[in-house]
Amino acid sequence: MTNADAQTKPIFPHRHLLGIEGLSATDITSLLDLADTYVVQNRQVDKKGSVLRGRTQINLFFEASTRTQSSFELAGKRLGADVMNMSVSSSSIKKGETLVDTAMTLNAMHPDLIIIRHGDSGAVELLSQKVGCSVINAGDGSHEHPTQALLDALTIRRRKGTLEGMTVAICGDILHSRVARSNILLLNIMGARVRVVAPPTLLPKGIERFGVEVFHDMRKGLEGCDIVMMLRLQLERMSGSYVPSQREYFHYYGLDYEKLGYAKPDALIMHPGPMNRGVEIDSAVADDINRSVIREQVEMGVAVRMAVLDALARNIPNERQP
Amino acid sequence: MSRIGLINARLLDPATGRDETGNLLAEDGIIKDLGPRLFNDATPDGIEIIDCRGHLLAPGLIDMRVFTGEPGAEHRETLRTASLAAAAGGVTTFIVMPNTDPVIDDVALVDYIERRARDTGIVHIHPMAALTKGLRGKEMTEFGLLKEAGAVAFTDGDRSLGDAQIMRRALSYAAHFDALIVQHAEVPELSHGVMNESELAGRLGLSGIPAMAEVIMIERDLRLLELTGGRYHVSQVSCAASVEVIVKAKQRGLKVTCGVSAAHLALNENDVQSYRTFFKMSPPLRCEDDRRALVAGVADGTIDVIVSSHDPQDAEAKRHPFAQATFGAIGLETLLASCLTHVHNGDVTLARLIGAMTSAPATLLGLDSGRLAVGAPADFVLADIGAPWIVNSEKLRSISKNTPFDHRRLQGRVLRTIVGGRTVFTQD
Repeated sequence: MTNADAQTKPIFPHRHLLGIEGLSATDITSLLDLADTYVVQNRQVDKKGSVLRGRTQINLFFEASTRTQSSFELAGKRLGADVMNMSVSSSSIKKGETLVDTAMTLNAMHPDLIIIRHGDSGAVELLSQKVGCSVINAGDGSHEHPTQALLDALTIRRRKGTLEGMTVAICGDILHSRVARSNILLLNIMGARVRVVAPPTLLPKGIERFGVEVFHDMRKGLEGCDIVMMLRLQLERMSGSYVPSQREYFHYYGLDYEKLGYAKPDALIMHPGPMNRGVEIDSAVADDINRSVIREQVEMGVAVRMAVLDALARNIPNERQP
Repeated sequence: MSRIGLINARLLDPATGRDETGNLLAEDGIIKDLGPRLFNDATPDGIEIIDCRGHLLAPGLIDMRVFTGEPGAEHRETLRTASLAAAAGGVTTFIVMPNTDPVIDDVALVDYIERRARDTGIVHIHPMAALTKGLRGKEMTEFGLLKEAGAVAFTDGDRSLGDAQIMRRALSYAAHFDALIVQHAEVPELSHGVMNESELAGRLGLSGIPAMAEVIMIERDLRLLELTGGRYHVSQVSCAASVEVIVKAKQRGLKVTCGVSAAHLALNENDVQSYRTFFKMSPPLRCEDDRRALVAGVADGTIDVIVSSHDPQDAEAKRHPFAQATFGAIGLETLLASCLTHVHNGDVTLARLIGAMTSAPATLLGLDSGRLAVGAPADFVLADIGAPWIVNSEKLRSISKNTPFDHRRLQGRVLRTIVGGRTVFTQD
């Protein structure tokens, strides 16, 4: 096999990446392997590739986002794609154009890849049915955020060598978290043991059937685990509606050195960002260069998104059928 | 004088238990005579003869829960288009909900509906009036005057009356007029979700409406009913726990009745899978155990009536992410066929099923139809209960096509619908 073949061989048998659900361990491993090569490329002085040359990528964000949107933008540009950003919350939706119309309008411009974030669960899947190109879910409501789970997996795999057999504690607002759902699915597929740690009001009904062990006591939940994955808790949910106060939440569910002491001594700390320092995570813990891989996650994010863009673009035929 | 003779019919009258082959004579819109020996000597001259060829002839169906867009949203459905759909579904009488714009909470508006129904509809249409002014849940409407004007019952339609004090007074005041209070039972504070609260909702990342929201409201209302007397009807039950609560209340002798929609008898929450908004309804589709309990509730009579809960929503209102899409599904035209599934499955007898759509709602609403008896209105449905067909939403008569049964294979077809002795629908 020549090097050129390796770069164009299809590795991902799906048209879209709408979620982790429906992916196989092989699909995930292929993406992570490809992402590893992009980690190397991204550390070079010349980071520019050309596998997406001529492709048009649209980042369609219905929800404000800095890190995910810039990560996708950079990923596309480093692969040579023409990237356009659209923040829709500020434009047509306010003029009364429907979600579906917005997607169909963009579709008429013949993009090859559309990356969508939307505040409603299922919105990205709905849009994927209306467009002719590949769609990547960059987060839909409380449903899924697959590239986040993939970048978390890449981070763990590079640090620990494997995902299989790892004990991962996901802590915080599981109920509203698309990051948690995608991670629970991915970690289960890859053979990790998943725990969730949260007060009962921040867990969805039936969570015990998602393939997780449920803990309400953070110390017990962290005991002996390899990875501590913290989630963001939105401040408005902390004033009595889901938990009584920030103070009480941090006391029982904030990650500090005392609680971290229950995890394995080499346990890694992860957070999808943006962090509420002093609310779900102690500032010193978050910045601990020996334990926290939070900044590394951001680096892996670009590599994983390059891998996803590359893998999906390989499935797009060059000659479009009319 | 118009006279029709329906011959070789399987005469099914749930009110009396009649189920036999025979003939029927209707004169001027009224049943004149019926039975196996009628026309034995000869069929009278000068009458229109309809050969039923052994098919089911039952009282025309009565559907207690239908939404239209008239007045205010005629692009979704008018009384006329709903009546066309009804006729095609074997429904000869339906009751429209007051959730229109303006809300039917005033005598003049009840008059308006009655008049429009008479002038434009091809089946009988009666309104339920609002239970509270503007459906706001704050002040009672004029039960007495509205009832005199033709309102058959009082309800806030798809809204639950949350205020216990208002409900208590409404039940108490309505009892004096023997008016039926119809509640859409759900505790509003517990019902901000968009589908059944369950593992599936958790996986889909959708906010849930717990079954308990319905059960708690029914239990509260039943306690109030115990205090006030009167007649209370739960428009739709959706879960096993509600059925249990109603069984016990009936055993205690309370005047409580309840309904269920054809959709809730046929579908469950798994149909929502991958965010299909045509399956978003209120109350939400629950789990399979609940659905089975509902079918059993119909079979044993705990659930009194079956409704279509016909709620036309245009495609624009449904083409949204699940949480943003409107609630509601149409059902008039598929009512009988989808329900016959339970007969074919052996879960419900035909007489019981038809009773839940004829004599039971007629009794509740004080209508003289819903039975095959001498002197009753000549409203009939003639149906081939075994005929298979595939639902095609494009061919349905409603303006809005939001059926959850699209592409479904159903068994049982309406052949002819007769209202007041006049045929208003025949199957091509």
